Amino acid sequence: MTRGPLDLVRARPEPPFEFSFDGEQLTALPGQTVAAALWQSGRLAWRRTRVGDRPRGAFCGMGACYDCLVELDGVPNVRACLAPVRPGTRVRTQRGDGHDELR
Amino acid sequence: MVVIGAGMIGAACADALALRGLQVAVLDRGPVAGGTTGAGEGNLLVSDKGPGPELELAVESLRLWRELADDLGAHALEYEPKGGLVVARDPRAFAELQASARLQRTAGVTAAEVPADALGELEPHLARELAGGVHYPQDAQVQPALAVAALLRRARGTGRVRLLAGTTVTGLAEGRVETDTHGPLHCAAVVNAAGTWGGEVAALAGATLPVLPRRGFILVTEPLPPLVRHKVYAADYVADVASGSADLQSSAVVEGTAAGPVLIGASRERVGFDRSLSVPVLARLAAQAAELFPVLSDVRAMRAYRGFRPYLPDHLPAIGPDPERPWLVQACGHEGAGIGLAPATARLVAQLLDGEKPFMDPAPFGPGRFGKEQS
Amino acid sequence: MTNSADAAGDHESYDLAVVGAGPAGLAAAASAAEHGVRVALLDGAPQPGGQFYRQPAAELRAERPQALHHHWSAFQHLLARLDAVRERVTLLSDHHVWSVTGGSGAFAVHALTGPDQRQARSLTARQVLFATGAHERQLPFPGWTLPGVVGAGGAQAMLKAGLVLPGRRVLVAGSGPLLLAVAASLTAAGATVPLVAEAAGYLGYARGARVLAANAGKLVEGAQHGATLLRHGVRLRPRTAVVAAHGTDRVEAVTLARLDAAWRPLSGTQWRVPCDAVAVGHGLVPQLELPLEFGCHTRRLPDGSAALVVDAAQRTTVPGVWAAGESTGVGGVQLAITEGELAGLAVAGQNTAPRSLLRRRSRQRAFADLMAARHAPGSGWTQWLDDATEVCRCEEVTARQVRDAVAELGAADQRTVKLLTRAGMGWCQARMCGPAVARLCGAPNADRHDDGAPTRPLSTPVPLGLLAECDTNAPSSEGAPR
Repeated sequence: MTRGPLDLVRARPEPPFEFSFDGEQLTALPGQTVAAALWQSGRLAWRRTRVGDRPRGAFCGMGACYDCLVELDGVPNVRACLAPVRPGTRVRTQRGDGHDELR
Repeated sequence: MVVIGAGMIGAACADALALRGLQVAVLDRGPVAGGTTGAGEGNLLVSDKGPGPELELAVESLRLWRELADDLGAHALEYEPKGGLVVARDPRAFAELQASARLQRTAGVTAAEVPADALGELEPHLARELAGGVHYPQDAQVQPALAVAALLRRARGTGRVRLLAGTTVTGLAEGRVETDTHGPLHCAAVVNAAGTWGGEVAALAGATLPVLPRRGFILVTEPLPPLVRHKVYAADYVADVASGSADLQSSAVVEGTAAGPVLIGASRERVGFDRSLSVPVLARLAAQAAELFPVLSDVRAMRAYRGFRPYLPDHLPAIGPDPERPWLVQACGHEGAGIGLAPATARLVAQLLDGEKPFMDPAPFGPGRFGKEQS
Repeated sequence: MTNSADAAGDHESYDLAVVGAGPAGLAAAASAAEHGVRVALLDGAPQPGGQFYRQPAAELRAERPQALHHHWSAFQHLLARLDAVRERVTLLSDHHVWSVTGGSGAFAVHALTGPDQRQARSLTARQVLFATGAHERQLPFPGWTLPGVVGAGGAQAMLKAGLVLPGRRVLVAGSGPLLLAVAASLTAAGATVPLVAEAAGYLGYARGARVLAANAGKLVEGAQHGATLLRHGVRLRPRTAVVAAHGTDRVEAVTLARLDAAWRPLSGTQWRVPCDAVAVGHGLVPQLELPLEFGCHTRRLPDGSAALVVDAAQRTTVPGVWAAGESTGVGGVQLAITEGELAGLAVAGQNTAPRSLLRRRSRQRAFADLMAARHAPGSGWTQWLDDATEVCRCEEVTARQVRDAVAELGAADQRTVKLLTRAGMGWCQARMCGPAVARLCGAPNADRHDDGAPTRPLSTPVPLGLLAECDTNAPSSEGAPR
């Protein structure tokens, strides 16, 4: 088995839990952000841009670039790199401005 | 000709003069659209003006804006004839608004009364508990920086206009403009379109023009689907007990943009925003917008920007030659209405410089109205 | 220190508000509180430490977080000092400050807190200290918006806090000393780093030999990164840049090229390297929106970015407003701690700072200036842009649009380009595209607000409903006229 970040810092995390991403059940570790949990599942993109409909995900990783905006439990434009993921959180790919409910 | 100021007024003047065959140099100490122009919403409004010389200027100006949009392409200016909707919160304010609209109609303004139950058709997200409104189809919108760029591009295309950005005027005398980076420029006349700095420019020639800056803010929301179709603001009937007079006080103008964000800004500073402090002013803009469009309450203000409006003590612009220095033509002090009033201001300036009969009586805008220095 | 998420109402009042709980903010809060000052320490992150000492969340129960850090003991020491004065320090984690207003002994700090920053919290303080840190400078290249292309600092932050990697094969590129640290962390955490592409050369260090000798610790640190990289077989290529990233829905490969001294790609030197992530960054830029709103004066750093002007006691040019750390010039963790220490003492009225601290600060600043000069972006990088490269990630504005605004509409500064193209008008408020746009329009300086770079009256987005409720009686400022 390859040595990973958890081994490096000798992490013994609390038990993992499930959350959903576009309807699919994924696993996260307690304390991770939405972006970290998605990276861990191998997903790098969770937004489609307003103008070009292109895929985007985390970029700056510290809340400055807003590229990682995502829909979280029905609320759009949440920074995935800051928001913690919790058991049962419903994460959906954000399309455009994310405000389809206002259209 | 030398035009001092590469904002909206300066660009419109340069364009108007060049189209008449005159050679023009446009100077600005900063970049194009770097002052009030770049910090404005691009309101082209008749709705917020009562009958009088400013409304007369505005009606002609909005007609000229439509021509410009035809000639230069609406897209190049982001010209949107979206119309304005002024709403009233209570029957008394509505009555006052209707009375005001009647007066405006006599001055050439199209103003259609909208009963409370029809407001939703014009603006589906508008608050429900309003008393009624007036629709002003002439109100429109341009993107000010694009409009400046488009006008300057056309003007320079005549081959008669030189743009000298980043050039500060250091001295003004008849026939001669001293600059820091291009030496002296020789000219028959100077147009002072320096906006907020118009007073300083006038002073270089020994003239007095009491232009003062007045701060304003605009809030910009996160990108949204089209929610707000018109330029929407509220008119409230405010009785001033002390003076026994009554006036209409207007709230922040709320409007959507093609790019998505909603802009929230003040149309005219009749409500004394100028002295107010930043957070309270932003709070007030936000409150007014959320009151008109409750859906905005959960929406985030993504950014804010500020600008300084150039105003004169009587809130009318100065347009025309200085009484003692006929070679110095003032064209500044338009406060929050400079974008809207620019084409007509430029027309007036060009007519006065060309010796042509002006399309309206310029006397109310005469720079001499502020009298001599009091010292 | 008191960890206060929900204490007190609207009228909390402190002697000092420290904005930012990174190394500088922690040191400032500790040294001020040790001399009797009552401090509110605000930070957007859930835990103190800033970007440098970002820690794994407590629930991840990392026994050895120091495996991802240098100078970890200094951090533990700062936390212990704060704990010893906890009755005078209120730590407000998860507080995103969106505005600081006021002046002359009465400042109001407005913050957002709670999930997705939807709750308002304001406090007042007699003095304010900005320890707001820095964010990464990004320069665009074709394909840089593909998922999997991430900031080098971003990859580091995600690893430190969430213990995750963006991919298995992560190419590291850009410029600056951070790249080595990032590559070392990534490899230690199990990633393969096929290459570290550093756009600058390394010869320039020789010119600063005296400064280097005085900062031996920095050399040791560099050597440690170097040793880690060597052990994992990672190659460092100076004068090399990623000039394109390839892929459809995520990055699959990059094209690298050799650069000349001005960062112009040399023709015929391109080669392709497969990877599933790219960690890229070109140094750090001080984060100044809050102090700039006060009209604090700035100075130009050797790499063209702006930093706050401070005096020997870390006072900014505005009375009652102090600054420490990267906001006064990017210089790394040790300089940040030194400056925080000095600022805290001065705020507490300790007018005679220990000479050793002052000497350390000048030595560390000299090193910082050397690094900034060495890694300042060369002017030639714009040659690797193609017309379709998105310069502004938020508004999706291309290099072509920016160049047209410059060539055809006469834009000569960042603000005018923004007005004409929307570059910089989006969510990030030009934090990502600012330096690139400034360069493309030939503006003299990348980051100075008075050179046409945007100011940001709101340093983080605020729900209109919350903004509407802002106390109109709170002290406010007219700000600097401009």
